[in-house]
Amino acid sequence: MTRKTVIHALVLTSPLFIASASLFIGAYGVSPLMVVRSLLYELLPYGSAMADLPEKSIILDIRVPRVLLAAIVGVALSGSGVTLQGVFRNPLVDPFILGLSAGAAFGCAISIGFFPALPVQLSAFLFSIGSVLLAYNIARSQGEVSRLPLILSGVIISAFFTALTSIVKFLVDPHKLQNIVFWLMGSFSLADWHTISVSGVGILIALCPVYLMRWRLNVLSMGEDEAKLLGINVMRDRLIFVVSSTIAVSLAVSVSGIIGWVGLMVPHLVRMITGPDHRTLVPLSMAAGAAFMIFADTVARSITTYEIPVGIITAISGAPFFIYLMKKGGKESWGR
Amino acid sequence: MITINNIHFSHSATSPAVLQGISLQAEQGHLTTILGPNGCGKSTLFKCIAGLWKPDFGEISFNDINILTLTHQQRAKLIAVVPQDHEPPFPYSVLDAVLMGRAAHVGMFATPSRRDRQAAESAIEEVGISHLLHKSYTKISGGERQMVLVARALAQDARAMLFDEPTSHLDFRNQVLVLRKIRQIIVRRSVTAILTIHDPNAAMLFSDSVVVVKEGRVVVQGPPCEIITEELLHEVYGIEVVIGKINGAMVITPHISSESSDNGEEDAKIVNFDSHKNHRKRRLCLT
Repeated sequence: MTRKTVIHALVLTSPLFIASASLFIGAYGVSPLMVVRSLLYELLPYGSAMADLPEKSIILDIRVPRVLLAAIVGVALSGSGVTLQGVFRNPLVDPFILGLSAGAAFGCAISIGFFPALPVQLSAFLFSIGSVLLAYNIARSQGEVSRLPLILSGVIISAFFTALTSIVKFLVDPHKLQNIVFWLMGSFSLADWHTISVSGVGILIALCPVYLMRWRLNVLSMGEDEAKLLGINVMRDRLIFVVSSTIAVSLAVSVSGIIGWVGLMVPHLVRMITGPDHRTLVPLSMAAGAAFMIFADTVARSITTYEIPVGIITAISGAPFFIYLMKKGGKESWGR
Repeated sequence: MITINNIHFSHSATSPAVLQGISLQAEQGHLTTILGPNGCGKSTLFKCIAGLWKPDFGEISFNDINILTLTHQQRAKLIAVVPQDHEPPFPYSVLDAVLMGRAAHVGMFATPSRRDRQAAESAIEEVGISHLLHKSYTKISGGERQMVLVARALAQDARAMLFDEPTSHLDFRNQVLVLRKIRQIIVRRSVTAILTIHDPNAAMLFSDSVVVVKEGRVVVQGPPCEIITEELLHEVYGIEVVIGKINGAMVITPHISSESSDNGEEDAKIVNFDSHKNHRKRRLCLT
């Protein structure tokens, strides 16, 4: 029991450790002392000499917002991954596989390319909720959603919206094209305090119902009929979970582009440690998602002289993980 | 007491009616068994009582409360359902699985309280599976899993319990153990209980009242020793049986030899189905 508590505490606090470490790493060399002094500057403004130093602004205006945004996006992707897995009682889905991310990406692309008046976040949300409902209804038969059909319909929806996004890229003017392409690859390089105060806060608010209702995921994962027999309003609860996680994911996509696999990988790893009870699984997945995202982003921005899009890092680690799950789970994961 | 009055059900307006005016009563503290061949409407009737399907018309009430108009949450506080054995997607512990029985009592934005946990633990103790408390629900035997589902229904704290073919996936020993335990709980808690089952022998042995259903209609309802006769079983199942008494209990046994009158009819069905198998069967009978 105590050992379990220690492990839970470690996972919950892991984003703090990784974030602190991440602040010391970056393309522009800032000495550790300078990092600490810059961080303290906001709390106790000592001496005006500090205010103009580039190091200070690198830490406070670039690295800190970036680490924070990575953490929040990690929370969004991993939190919605664990939610969708529970709601659809399918351990193999995440926002990326269900076509949610592709829908959001298309929403963002047409907003950037053709309708600048339409807020990117709103457009992303509309198309991602559309894609998840489509995937769900294609896969649904006789009141239940089987595992394989859901994944297949997710793949179909994903391919469809990716194709639509390609049309947008083809038709849009070259200047905007560059924006879209760069942003689609998935990156936190545009992080600033403004994005955090709008999208970051939005994500955290959207995930509140998911966190509060997390125990109900246990009941929902038993299937539609059983959840009803146990006294749950299945349609209402499913809708709340799906809409909340879709808002979180579309906000995440609108600030950082498509970052796949996090929502699949992190909840699985956490489930191996804590077991499937969503009361602990949801908060720990969120924390671990934040930690993983900060870590991946730190690798992305520091491993080479040029910055690698973080979506590439997560895909490189995610694809082998998915194969591992397939092989290991075998019948267990793929059967009905 | 659960009272069902003249319910009709069909899957759609054009399809034939599955239930054609079913009426029955289940007394408090008694085990009422619904017995009938495959396709007689047993599971449809069960789903209607459980509240998953709405009958086209007719009434279902529990202690004078019309349960057809209740929400799932309101109904779950009155009636607990033990479903057939199933495989959940995630390996929850037995305690977590039983705790789900508290769903109707836990607020929407809350997690189970200490009281809910106590209710779950005492339900687990009552069915006698305390040793499984922290075991994974996917790694225990079918009989044990059925007991977990019974415990979950007990944790629900309802005055009526429905059991959907609780023995269909179990071996002989576990069938007896599970039915014995169910009976014991019903008597001790004095709940109203309805159970569907395939096996007429088990229905005879364990129930206080049997409702025999055929083609969407109730043939007869009453205490098993009074209503279950050789003629009735022939009428409902289409095979000849003999009812004897062993150890004070009524036991039904079918004819095995091909000489009896019904076998011609039965053979004919098998021929349609698989003539090769039938040949072999006949050869076995001759030798």
